[in-house]
Amino acid sequence: MAAVLFYIFATIMIGSACVVIFARNPVHSVLFLILAFCNGAGLFLLAGAEFLAMILIVVYVGAVAVLFLFVVMMLDVDFAELKQGFAKHLPLGLGVGVVVMVELGLIAIGWQSAPNASYAAASPMVANVSNTAALGQILYTKYAVFFEASAMVLLTAMIGAIVLTLHHRPNVKRQKISDQNARTRDNVIEIKKVPFRTGV
Amino acid sequence: MIDSWISQISALLTQYPLLLATVKSVLLAVVLLIYVAYIILADRKIWAAVQLRRGPNVVGPWGLLQSFADFFKFALKEPIIPDTANKGIFLFAPFLMATLSIAAWAVVPVADGWAVGDINVGILYIFALSSLGVYGVIMGGWASNSKYPFLSALRSAAQMVSYEVSIGFVIITVLLCAGSLNLSDIVRAQDTQYGMLGWYWLRLLPMFVIFFVSALAETNRPPFDLVEAESELVAGFMIEYSATPYVLFMLAEYVAIVTMCALLTILFFGGWLPPVNMAPFTWVPGVIWFTLKASFFFFFFAMVKAFVPRYRYDQLMRLGWKVFLPISLTMVVVVASVLQFGGEAFGK
Repeated sequence: MAAVLFYIFATIMIGSACVVIFARNPVHSVLFLILAFCNGAGLFLLAGAEFLAMILIVVYVGAVAVLFLFVVMMLDVDFAELKQGFAKHLPLGLGVGVVVMVELGLIAIGWQSAPNASYAAASPMVANVSNTAALGQILYTKYAVFFEASAMVLLTAMIGAIVLTLHHRPNVKRQKISDQNARTRDNVIEIKKVPFRTGV
Repeated sequence: MIDSWISQISALLTQYPLLLATVKSVLLAVVLLIYVAYIILADRKIWAAVQLRRGPNVVGPWGLLQSFADFFKFALKEPIIPDTANKGIFLFAPFLMATLSIAAWAVVPVADGWAVGDINVGILYIFALSSLGVYGVIMGGWASNSKYPFLSALRSAAQMVSYEVSIGFVIITVLLCAGSLNLSDIVRAQDTQYGMLGWYWLRLLPMFVIFFVSALAETNRPPFDLVEAESELVAGFMIEYSATPYVLFMLAEYVAIVTMCALLTILFFGGWLPPVNMAPFTWVPGVIWFTLKASFFFFFFAMVKAFVPRYRYDQLMRLGWKVFLPISLTMVVVVASVLQFGGEAFGK
């Protein structure tokens, strides 16, 4: 059963990853990327990592991919223009691709696990400890420094993005919510008695 | 004769757990859909009563069959697909949205032990599915290939993503108090000697209010229904939809609302627990308490729709990011500190 599910998830994942590359419409590409994410979450579930599966969906599919989809929908991509330089840049692209491929291959060949890893993988999951609790236990004790450091990196990136896009132009009228809320009937409305046939 | 059939069926079901799960899911889905049909009727009736109208009262006694009549009317009409629409995505969007909203109910415990899948990360599962719901809106709006749906899809995605942040933080405070991601365990953690005063709505009152308002925004209910603001965007992202695809969108919307009511019940109102831990209340089965509580919250959803004017878009964004987010973020820190340093008085 698990094996069948694994092959179903894996096949759909690889298939949709291929469609991401080959689809002509960029919006279709993003949608198939999302499908690939969902199947990745399914693989996590099969491996017993339910917390990671759900976080993958919440963070990547629910937040990151939504923004991604937006950018792609708003972009006006001209495919004819994109395809123009295809033949000219093909050798360069192929060269970069081959270099990356070789590097990845070298890493895969020279891969070494930590000495205790095989032992840890062989030992069964501790009963009564949920996946989430186990993950939290190790993240906030043994790897607390790394965890906080990566959080700081993300925070820096977020603040950097805000700073880069924030422009304070002069002479722009801004809405001040506190001023708006502070308005009362007395200081906004003035009631005048208008004499008949004379006006104000 | 019937006894032997029942024993045979139960033996068959225990032998094949997958079959048992299927039977449970179908049963839950049928009950849920019938409940949603009457929720829609209640919504219209309450809205009408506030405006001193009668509401639907023609089909069936007191209009009780109105939702079914509407369903058949939509199902029998011809679905119109615009010429310029992206047909595959156009038809897939409502299907996706309806599936996701109903799938969320797989983990909802309607009574003690009455969940189809009582999984460890139940709350995260519901949160994940509700965050996927935005895709139905975006895909529907984009695939319609028309300006109004696209604009409202843009509004909707921004709105849903914004309010998901504060919903997430509210859920974290509840999780900190309950110490579990399992929905049944969250309910059990509220089972104290104080009855309904021990439920989290009192201990986490500000969070409860924030969650209720965010739930309105997340499900695109008035006063946050900018997605389909009729006076500005005609019918929002659904404008090009008709017949069955439209019904699926409406169904998804109402199921999502009922899911939010159920979530409010589980997180803050003690799920299936009776309000007072005493004899006449404990005789009532848990599923009835659960339904009553969810319906109680739906009543407030309907009342809010009837008497709160629609927010402006900038007010909506300000409320989400500048009011709810700081409050809920601070409360996460406060609740965590109290649980860590407050000792037994505030503990689990």
